[in-house]
Amino acid sequence: MKAFSQLLDRLTYTPARNAKLMLMRNYFLATPDPDRGFALAALTDGLPIAFPLRRVLSEIGESRFDPELFRMSRDDVGDTAETVALIWPVAQAEGDAPRLCDIVADLSRAGRGGHAAILTQWLDRLDATGRWALLKFLSGAPRVGVSARLAKQAVADAFGKNVDDIEELWHGLEPPYAALFDWLEQRTERPSLAATPIFRPLMLAHALEENDWQAMNLDDVAAEWKWDGIRIQVSAKGGTTRLFSRTGDDIGQSFPELVDHFKFDAVLDGELLVVRDGEVAPFSELQQRLNRKTLTRAMLTKYPVHVRFYDALEIDGEDLRALPFTARRERLEAWHREHGPAHSDLSEVLGFASKEDLKASWEATREQGIEGLMLKRKASPYLAGRPKGHWYKWKRAALTADCVLLYAQKGAGKRSSFHSDYTFGAWTEKDGQKLLVPVGKAYSGFTDAELAEIDRFVRQNTVERFGPVRAVTPKLVLEIAFDAIQESKRHKSGIAMRFPRVSRIRWDKPAEEADTLETLKALITSAS
Amino acid sequence: MAFSPPFESWLMPGPSGLHCVPGDFFIDPSGPVPRAVITHGHSDHARAGHGAVLATADTLAIMRLRLGALGQAQALGYGEALKVKDVTVTLVPAGHILGSAQVVIDYNGQRAVISGDYKRHADPTCEPFELVPCDLFVTEATFGLPVYRHEPDMAEVQKLLASLRDFPERTHQIGVYGLGKCQRLIKLIRQAGYERPIWLHGALRAMSDYYVSRGIDLGEVPNAMEAPGKLAGEIVLSPPSALGDRWSRRFADPLAGFASGWMRIRGRVRRRGVELPLIISDHCDWPELIRTVTETGAREVWVTHGREEALVHELGKRQITARALRLVGREDDAE
Repeated sequence: MKAFSQLLDRLTYTPARNAKLMLMRNYFLATPDPDRGFALAALTDGLPIAFPLRRVLSEIGESRFDPELFRMSRDDVGDTAETVALIWPVAQAEGDAPRLCDIVADLSRAGRGGHAAILTQWLDRLDATGRWALLKFLSGAPRVGVSARLAKQAVADAFGKNVDDIEELWHGLEPPYAALFDWLEQRTERPSLAATPIFRPLMLAHALEENDWQAMNLDDVAAEWKWDGIRIQVSAKGGTTRLFSRTGDDIGQSFPELVDHFKFDAVLDGELLVVRDGEVAPFSELQQRLNRKTLTRAMLTKYPVHVRFYDALEIDGEDLRALPFTARRERLEAWHREHGPAHSDLSEVLGFASKEDLKASWEATREQGIEGLMLKRKASPYLAGRPKGHWYKWKRAALTADCVLLYAQKGAGKRSSFHSDYTFGAWTEKDGQKLLVPVGKAYSGFTDAELAEIDRFVRQNTVERFGPVRAVTPKLVLEIAFDAIQESKRHKSGIAMRFPRVSRIRWDKPAEEADTLETLKALITSAS
Repeated sequence: MAFSPPFESWLMPGPSGLHCVPGDFFIDPSGPVPRAVITHGHSDHARAGHGAVLATADTLAIMRLRLGALGQAQALGYGEALKVKDVTVTLVPAGHILGSAQVVIDYNGQRAVISGDYKRHADPTCEPFELVPCDLFVTEATFGLPVYRHEPDMAEVQKLLASLRDFPERTHQIGVYGLGKCQRLIKLIRQAGYERPIWLHGALRAMSDYYVSRGIDLGEVPNAMEAPGKLAGEIVLSPPSALGDRWSRRFADPLAGFASGWMRIRGRVRRRGVELPLIISDHCDWPELIRTVTETGAREVWVTHGREEALVHELGKRQITARALRLVGREDDAE
């Protein structure tokens, strides 16, 4: 528990990715089984036990602390678990701090009635950091700034493996992952994946650069539309179906109608979309279905989801990844003709007479409400990660608008001394007065030298400070590039930009000449 | 038992601070007064412009360094009783910073102790707190909530040294308040066996030099601005305001630390953008507050500033009359 609490403690304060990896790597190397496995579970998918932390804490609290002092302390600290950890009376109880494996074992043995007594006993044996870490451990999601992917990366690094190897195995494993660590430490063979549907690391595309385009031979590539949904991998085997996000998170819970219909033995790559009468709906409609805790029947009807497949990694137990794209595509088409489940179709392979023809189609994408084109080398196998020279995404050209810098905030890590996060606005009129309303935020698109210049501007033109945020005199115009504008009820301006970034700093342009909110609203993607 | 007049009849809390009527002076007044008794040199207690000042010699010297000439100043050694009009004043070590004192006032058989800021943790840079039994104890409550329990300070210093080992390529820039915390932290780092130079921001220079002149050896403490390189793997001390700001850009991927009792709370650490919180405080934590108040045997306790609500509540449970003064001008967060 001591090593684990130190790990969590340091992770919460460490912003840099590499430093986090180092801390986790050291932990996974130094900690014995099965404790490190339970720690890995806590940092990734959560513990294999359900613990009603809130209820147990309030039960304990009634007998342990003065409710008035607790309330005042909770207001000061801002987090209940942390308050309990800090306010807990120092008991200097007998007995060692529990190991993570004891915690899991004892809790699964204890009935509902025993939870409070066990937890009290442990809290008495731990120091403040240990108590905090224990409560975070039991809360299910420790929120220490580590993604599941980063934790797996640390395990891979610690034992000299590729993280994709771990991702592949992941969904066939259970905490405390004894089979995984046995393999990593070369005590056993790689765990078998025969029985369960698992995640296969995805092949990702590079943005198409001018020289890629110049060197490209049309006959060597297959072109498809770039669909504006989310990447999904459908992995089905032995009657079980899983839907994985790009990063290997199982998102099947949000899409029960797909899980129900996709009964086959294959691993397929595609795009998750909302499709109504054959028409793809804007991304904002798909967002309505993501990260929902509860799904109503009405949601399922209102936002019908659909998968547009474009690749096959495995069919009927046969691994197709070493085959060239064209061969995999043939197998996919044949399979879909035979099995083609409802809520699915194939992404069309587009034919072009010439590169000029292809380019003309790309130029028309914005008008047609399409995000762009995908160009895939016909001879390429399916390669995990983002290999160079195989798949290209060719996004439609960005839109731009001139906006006025309103607020700036300091960044994190290497940018912590620079104001690098910008809120910008556009002109509107209210009661005959011209005023600026915030229309978006941008954090990127500028060079280090430009960042230093904007930072200087912010410091010299600050009119007010709200904690880490500075309001500046509205006089610096930023040309903002963005992919699209959507209607938004959550923003005061009524619009939301997708992927905004700073494309140019217009030191030359007077703020009065920046764009108006009305101009931006005219760019809203129609919701059809 | 003789009749005891209420303490308020001779020690009056007012907008300028505590006014001792029969002695005709104020203690740590928030604005200029004709006659002031000052507990210690921090700027929210020691202000400029008084007609006459009574304090320890160290506090007077610190005030001169920070505020310039003081007008009429009188030094009083620890434990020396001084008759001031109808009262007797004695200064007693408060353990907060160099020169810090509790003001003991005896009047008509009653004794009031105004503790200023104080702590019970050992501090190698100042005299330890001395407990004075009294009838009225006036206390601060900066950390007046049971969640504030300071860690042993050596354990915190070890955290710093461990971080230097883990990140030898990064400058460790630690935010400290210039008077007291800075010199105490240096001394603690030295006690932990660290002998390399500890580099200082210019704002920390005057007070550190004063501590050295008073015989407190801080080892080698050069100016960070005169460093030959980017100070990778070295310790740099600066005021908290210079953390993550332009001044820190000269260093190698600076890792921001902050030595303060507030670092107990994770939300505060995050809001400050601190990567290495060091829970080292020059104030009492909750158990020390309760212990001190109880040990003085005071039948009445006044709380000047801080989280007074919780302390008043807790003392009430212990049958001690407690009252919150909410004195203006005290910087609660400056620790």
